[in-house]
Amino acid sequence: MTDWRFLQRKSFIELSGRERAQALFDAGTARELLGPHDRIESPWLERQGVTPQADDGCVICKGLIGGEAAVVVAIDGAFQGGSIGEVSGAKMCAALDLAVRDNQRGNKMSAVLLIETGGVRLQEANLGLAAIAEIQASILALRRYAPVIAVTAGTVGCFGGMSLAAGLASYMVMTREARLGMNGPEVIEQEAGVDEFDASDRALIWAIHGGEQRYRMGLVDALVDDDTAQVVSAVRTLIAKGLPAMHRSQQVEMLRERTRRLDPSTQWEPAEFCATWTRGEKA
Amino acid sequence: MIETLEYEYPDRQATTARAHVGAVGSGDLEVLLEPSGTNRAQVRIRTSVSGFASTWKTVLDRFFSRYDEAVRIEINDAGATPGTVALRLEQAVEASRR
Repeated sequence: MTDWRFLQRKSFIELSGRERAQALFDAGTARELLGPHDRIESPWLERQGVTPQADDGCVICKGLIGGEAAVVVAIDGAFQGGSIGEVSGAKMCAALDLAVRDNQRGNKMSAVLLIETGGVRLQEANLGLAAIAEIQASILALRRYAPVIAVTAGTVGCFGGMSLAAGLASYMVMTREARLGMNGPEVIEQEAGVDEFDASDRALIWAIHGGEQRYRMGLVDALVDDDTAQVVSAVRTLIAKGLPAMHRSQQVEMLRERTRRLDPSTQWEPAEFCATWTRGEKA
Repeated sequence: MIETLEYEYPDRQATTARAHVGAVGSGDLEVLLEPSGTNRAQVRIRTSVSGFASTWKTVLDRFFSRYDEAVRIEINDAGATPGTVALRLEQAVEASRR
């Protein structure tokens, strides 16, 4: 029987980047910084025949989440696949750096990154790569003081350098619909052949990159339905929880040991892969 | 390449209207609407699909036959159909009145 209750949920996936950012805040506390009317757009796209967007696909809002000060950075997957360019990257980086300064001055400021991206914006090449490196440095700086929460709801997912940035976050939230991975399916198929990865096989893609598998592997702290109330509740809970005892990316020995269990010369089934990865340890 | 089109509509009413709607995704557009600071309405369109100036003019003429505020409208277009453009303009007006 189909559970029709999903019809009563307010979808998070269907919200724009701006609506997603605003939905996280306590009512009436959200304030957008460098909004579209400020016209901080990419100087590189127009000369390559791509129409720029007035906010470069990056929305920054400050306010209160569950009564605690937070900055939310939302990458809008609708514009250029959420790709990170010089400007959108600089906006995200500056928001994180200002949050570091707030914390250093004794004002706790957490950060939430709503990520829908294929990674670097190819039209901006090295500038996008540099931006992602800076974002990663800024996440590392901020997570010493306050939690950085990465949310990938779908449908774009989180790929490329930004998947590494998400891996540095204190906590990760995903839906079943979202995907998380370094290389996307089409990139793997193109580079390694269809025998390695059939990018038209959607069941395979979600079995490997999907939120459920990533949660089972222990890479995700909260797996939520495509429901705005659930996303908000998960983010609030994680902000209230504060910093983890140890960040996931600091558990180097544990991750090395797990990686050693996996022989890359064999073709792994997603379920078997997950069982081997998590064997004998809590996810 | 990107085509930039500019249009003006004279004798408009002063306004404080301000809105932003839409996204520059395939087949869609974003509309920024704000006061022009003059007695004219000014429109600037940047579109990734060139050669449709007369269609844009028709859509805008129809819009400004019913909307008389002295706004500056900026449109960033990624290949929206005329129907989508007309709806986004209406949506911007509605958002500016909330």
